[in-house]
Amino acid sequence: MSDRLLVLAGGLSHERDVSLRSGRRVAEALRRVGRDVDECDVGSELIGALQTDAPACVLPLLHGEQGEDGALREVLELVSVPYVGARPDACRLAFDKPVAKAVVGRAGVRSAAGVTLPAETFREIGAATVMQTLVARLGLPLVVKPARGGSALGCSVVREPAELPGAMVACFSYASMALVERFVEGTEVAVTVLDRADADLMTLPPVQIRPDSGIYDYTARYTAGATEFVVPAELPDDQQAACAQVAVTAHRALGLRDLSRSDLIVDADGTVWFLEVNVAPGMTETSLVPLSIDAAGLTLGAVCADLVDQAIARPAMDT
Amino acid sequence: MTAQPPGRPGSTGDPGSGRRASPAPTPRHGHHTRLDAYADRYATRTLGMTASEIRALFSVASRPEVVSLAGGMPSLAGLPLDAVADTVRDLVSTNGVAALQYGSGQGEPVLREQICEVMALEGIDAHPDDVVVTVGSQQGLDLVTRIFCDPGDVVVCEAPSYVGALGVFRAYECNVVHVEMDDQGLIPEALRQALARVAGTGRRVKFCYTVPTYHNPAGVTLTAQRRAEVLSICAEFDVLLVEDNPYGLLGFAGDPPRALRADEPDRIVYLGSFSKTFAPGLRVGWVLAPHAVREKLVLAQESSTLCPPAFSQAVVSAYLSTHDWRGQVKQFRELYRERRDAMLAALSEHMPPGASWTRPDGGFYVWLTLPEGLDAKAMLPRAVTARVAYVPGTAFYADGLGSRCMRLSYCHPPADRIGEGVRRLAAVMGDELELRQTFGATAGRIGSARYDSPSPDVS
Repeated sequence: MSDRLLVLAGGLSHERDVSLRSGRRVAEALRRVGRDVDECDVGSELIGALQTDAPACVLPLLHGEQGEDGALREVLELVSVPYVGARPDACRLAFDKPVAKAVVGRAGVRSAAGVTLPAETFREIGAATVMQTLVARLGLPLVVKPARGGSALGCSVVREPAELPGAMVACFSYASMALVERFVEGTEVAVTVLDRADADLMTLPPVQIRPDSGIYDYTARYTAGATEFVVPAELPDDQQAACAQVAVTAHRALGLRDLSRSDLIVDADGTVWFLEVNVAPGMTETSLVPLSIDAAGLTLGAVCADLVDQAIARPAMDT
Repeated sequence: MTAQPPGRPGSTGDPGSGRRASPAPTPRHGHHTRLDAYADRYATRTLGMTASEIRALFSVASRPEVVSLAGGMPSLAGLPLDAVADTVRDLVSTNGVAALQYGSGQGEPVLREQICEVMALEGIDAHPDDVVVTVGSQQGLDLVTRIFCDPGDVVVCEAPSYVGALGVFRAYECNVVHVEMDDQGLIPEALRQALARVAGTGRRVKFCYTVPTYHNPAGVTLTAQRRAEVLSICAEFDVLLVEDNPYGLLGFAGDPPRALRADEPDRIVYLGSFSKTFAPGLRVGWVLAPHAVREKLVLAQESSTLCPPAFSQAVVSAYLSTHDWRGQVKQFRELYRERRDAMLAALSEHMPPGASWTRPDGGFYVWLTLPEGLDAKAMLPRAVTARVAYVPGTAFYADGLGSRCMRLSYCHPPADRIGEGVRRLAAVMGDELELRQTFGATAGRIGSARYDSPSPDVS
């Protein structure tokens, strides 16, 4: 078998552009550590290409649907190509935010109270009544976000009841299911977990996120300079450790593999709240995982190469 | 990997798992970074240059699964590539040393003569000395704005206006005043009122920018009667007109409309382009200007690029002199007419009540106004999910208006794909209308990023 690695990036999700940037950065980092890397978009020729010229390992850097919901990884399993990252069943749990919250919650992790609803419910029961009940039950401010999806696309913070209809419409433009959650005020932190089969789970230094605009939206995420990052987060040691613990618990509870990034909020009391976990976290020039890799004294190329070697070495039944 | 997980206090070990977890070594004090070492020293005009959710969505439009009605790329499939290849080979072998050398800042004399012949088709009687060749007419507009506008100066534009022009005006920190249009183009009375209003505030309008023929994005053409009125109003207020005319030869019926410049040589700066009639990749456009303005444009051109690309100019010049370029333009016109027809037929068939659209007689674009309550920008994610793309109307306004409108282009996709794209768009509008009815009229949420148009290579 060749030593060639295949970075899959692009796809048809709303996060195509982010994925292409992630793919380019990872491919370049692997080349710098001497690996032979091709980059490929995902389309109708993919299975044929994987079968006729199988790479040694695939790095799926597709964000959003297909990439993170397990579908593409099912295909990789089908053609028995080793790949970096969690298996399809785990992805399905992790990509669906309400499901992930429930699973992680059973393992003792706190997350904001929330409700998951499709647009049909609002239409059938009456949007005004449902929204009133949401506000009455969860209180303000609220966060409205697609139940599945990333890069904060379709997310809004609602501080007044009058803002809720607009937030719902924005969310349903991106997705068919909305997650409406109580907004947790606090320090926004991301923790990367590196999972090596024959070693301990390793958490990388937590990254604190301080967007200039106050909201870590698409523009704040992908405009270099628009957000200040602090690594490690300016939190007391015990809170940093608690963040790491939550990320590890989430990684284990969901059965993830190789690498994950948990997004968390630490409130004024020091309580850590779980927002979501990413099975194909962003690897762009402004993404959080590469920042934490740097802060740990590692390099992106070496970390990815390690994960690749680990994926190749996995027993076939465990690809 | 080189780092060793240390057995540091506060380890996140989970005794139940049989595997320990531990944090990597962390520096004691947080390292602050913005991932851009220069974030604190950009010019003020750069502040709006941010990542845009809308631009990111256009990235999906390039995929073959998506019917893109968003881009403005001309269809080059009909170009005689073999013949162009021969032309380029001959050019390099016979005249390569000159074609690969620096050229004049004003542009090559032979090409400037040929440009005058092209403009004669629109009734313009020009002298090659008054032509400055530019890197696409886009650079022409940049140079014109550079020599006329200080920050805060007023530029009058149609509403909506060409997104690339608004980008230039933003770069020079101009103050854009929009003037309303209807199906017959710029409304003269609205122009008069706008000019009077600006004059009333003691400010001076540096120029009025207009695309009178086959407008981008509105798809309308200024009528002959209004052309005379617009010229007379500009004379009355002593305002310079910048006439941008990239589509003038791409009309679907009869002769090209007479350019404004044909009837007013002194008060008009005219912008022309080979991007739609030959090849945008060569980046050859031009400015025709009164001589004093032209002198400044040449100096501005030299400080900008030294000279427009000599090789591209030589290719265009050879193409014009050795090919039936008029016949080629006629072929383009027929192709675009067929696609325009496909789009108008599909719109008639599929659009819901309350939608209206323009019926272009040439050019690349239809301007679609959505039923009350819809927001084209907010709807774009849903459209991309449904595999159709367009440009939301807000991109064509300097002031955030246009949310109920969108630009649909028919220049690139074949007719059957245009029909499918409009069908998908109608379904998206149906779903979005249902959603809006559920939640009531709401403002669009997606922020007002100022760079919300697709890049030029989006099909």
